[in-house]
Amino acid sequence: MSEHTGHHERDEATDDRDIAPGDEAEQDSLGAGVTGYVVGLVLAGGLTAASFLVLRSSIIWPPAIPAALIALAIAQMGVHLVFFLHITTGPDNTNNVLALAFGVLVVGLVLLGSMWIMAHLSHQAMPMGEAMQHFR
Amino acid sequence: MTPPVAATTRPHDPHQLGRGHKHGEPHGHATGHGEGGPASKRISTAYGFWIFLLSDFIIFAGFFAAYAVLRDNSAGGPVIRDIVDPARVAWQTALLLLSSFVAGLGSLAAARKKLWLTEAALLVTGLLGAGFLLLEVTEFAQLVREGAGPDRSAFLSSFFALVGCHGLHVSVGLLWLGTMMAQIWAKGFRADIQRRLLCFNLFWHALDIIWVAIFTMVYLMGTLA
Repeated sequence: MSEHTGHHERDEATDDRDIAPGDEAEQDSLGAGVTGYVVGLVLAGGLTAASFLVLRSSIIWPPAIPAALIALAIAQMGVHLVFFLHITTGPDNTNNVLALAFGVLVVGLVLLGSMWIMAHLSHQAMPMGEAMQHFR
Repeated sequence: MTPPVAATTRPHDPHQLGRGHKHGEPHGHATGHGEGGPASKRISTAYGFWIFLLSDFIIFAGFFAAYAVLRDNSAGGPVIRDIVDPARVAWQTALLLLSSFVAGLGSLAAARKKLWLTEAALLVTGLLGAGFLLLEVTEFAQLVREGAGPDRSAFLSSFFALVGCHGLHVSVGLLWLGTMMAQIWAKGFRADIQRRLLCFNLFWHALDIIWVAIFTMVYLMGTLA
């Protein structure tokens, strides 16, 4: 249906099965496109403000603040992915989401793996003075 | 005698490697998973660039891991709490988020081939990005002047490596942005220029995602430590 609209780059952007990362499935109306970016801006701005406010106010139990910051950051990354990069769970986005999932897996392994193993090492390591006596 | 050509607008696929027919047409020899002809160049280009961005995220994961491991090794020098200026970080965050937003609006203008709107959106995107970079350079210069440069401690090395790597990406993005403005001006909204612009927008939005991780993990958590 959209194949013969005489609007060439729309044809290239739309495919029966896939969509390019960064492209939106329905970009026919300018209003809908602008609305999407405004919603993304408001949500991301709100989450950013919440992150900064969490530090200043006492509404969150202090030991839980790092967890709250991480949750807010992950939420904001999700907002960016959906509203700015247009990575969705739609069937035309399967390839994009699968690549993202693999990327997140590797990022998680590198980050958590490094922190885990280095914390373990520094727990096992001898203090320097003790080590010097041991090897004397 | 002209050979029979498939009645589609897509290029002929002599080896039937791709998805050689569209929906509703009878199945040809290529009855594998992907029916409907090979993906358009716009999709494969942006997908390849998406893979690059994910690998870039993995590079950043390495810098984040180094920072997380070395954060407390300040060698008697300043710790993260001493060097964070929350007001500056808030401004940087606002500038980069707005820059990403305007870049998105620019992509809508580009899809409709509005030359002046696209150029204006790119210019505002670049100015906001340059403002972000200016604040970061100010911060780095101030730290180096106070003797808290990357050579001071393992913590500061990892701090400058992580934040500086992001700043380097923003700088390269600004160069790319200027190139795109010139190319759109000189060559118009050709399909290949549109693909480059799509990749640029992906790059710019991805940088904002990295910044979310940096301002949370480095700056905000730093004020807690």
